[in-house]
Amino acid sequence: MNIIVIGLNHRTADVEIREKLAFNAETIVVGLSRLMDLPGVSEAIILSTCNRVELYVYADNGVAVTERIKDFLSGFHSLERSRLDKALYVYYDDDGVKHIFRVASSLDSMVLGEPQILGQLKNSFDLSLSHKTSGIILNRLMKKAISVAKRVRTQTRIAENAVSIGYAAVELSRKIFNNLDNKVFMLLGAGDMAELAARHLTNCGVKEVVVANRTYERGCALAKEFSGRAIQFSDFKKELVNADIVICSTGASNYVITHHEMERIMKDRRLRSVFIIDISVPRNIDPDINKIDNVYLYDIDDLQGVVDTNMNERQKEAIKATNIIDEDVESFNKWLHSLDTVPTIVALREMADEIKKDELTKLFNRLNNIEEKDRKSIEIMANTLVNKLIHPPTVALKESAEDKDTLISTVRRLYGLNGDRGDR
Amino acid sequence: MVITFELALSFYFAAAILAIVELVVGIPTISKAMKVLIVAGFVLHTVNVFMRYVLGGQLPVTSLHEAVSFFTWSIVLIFFIIELKYEVSLLGSFVMPGVFVLMLSSSVLPRQIKPIAPTLQNYWLWVHTTLAFWGDAAFAVACGIGVMYLLQEHFVKSKRLGGLYRRLPSLQILDEINYRLLTIGFPLLTLAILTGAIWAEGVWGSFWRWDPKEVWSLITWLFYAAVLHVRIHSGWHGKKSAILSVIGFTAVLFTFFGVNLLLKSLHGFQ
Repeated sequence: MNIIVIGLNHRTADVEIREKLAFNAETIVVGLSRLMDLPGVSEAIILSTCNRVELYVYADNGVAVTERIKDFLSGFHSLERSRLDKALYVYYDDDGVKHIFRVASSLDSMVLGEPQILGQLKNSFDLSLSHKTSGIILNRLMKKAISVAKRVRTQTRIAENAVSIGYAAVELSRKIFNNLDNKVFMLLGAGDMAELAARHLTNCGVKEVVVANRTYERGCALAKEFSGRAIQFSDFKKELVNADIVICSTGASNYVITHHEMERIMKDRRLRSVFIIDISVPRNIDPDINKIDNVYLYDIDDLQGVVDTNMNERQKEAIKATNIIDEDVESFNKWLHSLDTVPTIVALREMADEIKKDELTKLFNRLNNIEEKDRKSIEIMANTLVNKLIHPPTVALKESAEDKDTLISTVRRLYGLNGDRGDR
Repeated sequence: MVITFELALSFYFAAAILAIVELVVGIPTISKAMKVLIVAGFVLHTVNVFMRYVLGGQLPVTSLHEAVSFFTWSIVLIFFIIELKYEVSLLGSFVMPGVFVLMLSSSVLPRQIKPIAPTLQNYWLWVHTTLAFWGDAAFAVACGIGVMYLLQEHFVKSKRLGGLYRRLPSLQILDEINYRLLTIGFPLLTLAILTGAIWAEGVWGSFWRWDPKEVWSLITWLFYAAVLHVRIHSGWHGKKSAILSVIGFTAVLFTFFGVNLLLKSLHGFQ
């Protein structure tokens, strides 16, 4: 029996193939049942996100089943095998477990450490649970993956510090202003990145949003989106006296705020701090205003610099995370191997012998004047009792083929051989 | 009695070491351990001050050793109040090294309990000195907060957003605490000068005698009055206020040590 991971992600397949291979809420259910129908497959989970499609399968004879799964994928999504094969990766057993742990911990994500993947994995697992396509092995594997991901999250700083321009702007605002709910935010101009950053900021709950756009109607539309107030572009310098956080992205070819103007505005603000983010290229705000007291000016490169530093930090943390994952892969494998017949029979016998020994010692301690002959008889009786009791399960374990895993798992649970109670 | 002082000094020393380590590595457990050490040191310190009061029968501020020790005790007290109210991360790292140095300098000074001139023995001693010491202690912590502000401001301005930047509090909260401490310290200092004047009138017959301590207290008082004035009327907060709090504290230190060590004063310890 093998654990098989077959999949593709943003590194191995471009978006065209990824969207072809993606499963949606309906096709995933159909896909799961078709997958289970393939000969040799005993458990299956499908994970489908915009950056990856992965199939986790527990099956007999991994290599042959892998071919069947590839054929199934190719047929199901009508994509030629040759194109599909180029994008796919396949991992077996240890490597597969490790890959799944890495995915769950967001080490394999496009944005290292992003948190959504764990939720997506949980959803896939829940779906397979409710359709009963995952069983003893994959259930345990998924639970372990989720706990590994949580361990990585709490024991490393992989998810700390903003790695997008928008979040970097929010984090900086918080370091300057502490809380944002009494702050006025002004969006000057428009543009994808400016709007994205504005959305992050407004989601954090600023007191008021002011939008100034050269096209007043466009400003009104944006203001509506951020539940703010639109003003005439020509009035923005007046409004700057009240704004605490400013994102500027106008298409101007020269500075819309000069050093001299900013100095005057600061006087009118009674020197209250202001955080200005100039996303425009070419820059729209005189970089020298950063030298004015209580004015903090960041341009797009500065923010990108912050993001890059944080990304590097995450990469360092990823190394720590890898160590955690390696530990957990090992402990999972230990459990997996314990599911074999021989270790289970050995464990069963050891348990029975242990009980026998304990009980005999207790008995002999109580009966102190006992003859050697009687002592022997009692021991023989105990041995026979033990042997007869564990004989039928031992035979059943040795004979089983088809439902071996279920039986092993049942025996281990009934006799408490797992040493933990996680196997549910 | 000696042992409580030595132990308090040792605890402050250990806390100061942890405070500096914490500044470099940033592990929350270290900061917790540091706080435990400070609490232990403070309790012992309090016992020491109290025992000196019992033995001497007066507020233990009659020798330079006692005065510095009581000043240090007041700083730790103010530190706890700010910690409880604001939970400022890393504040200990900027206060404890100073606390240790003060305590150390107190430890090398002669320690015998000296009687105070009977004319000075009344409750004015309590009111006047306690107010003055607590006011100075508030200025001391404001100086620590000011240094934190200047560091953090430097990080944000120069866009060097490393580990220390992440662990230091936000600029706004630091500025708020700085202001709060100035508005605690200033009234205390004002009252200390007023009660001192009244006391002096009772003992020496005049409110103001241009004693060096009086002059320097007045200079300190004028300085902080100016700091608060420009803050309220011209919006001088943030960096400027932080720099002024640091400068102001050097004036406090001079009034405290310089006057006693360099100049001859009625506030001297015979």
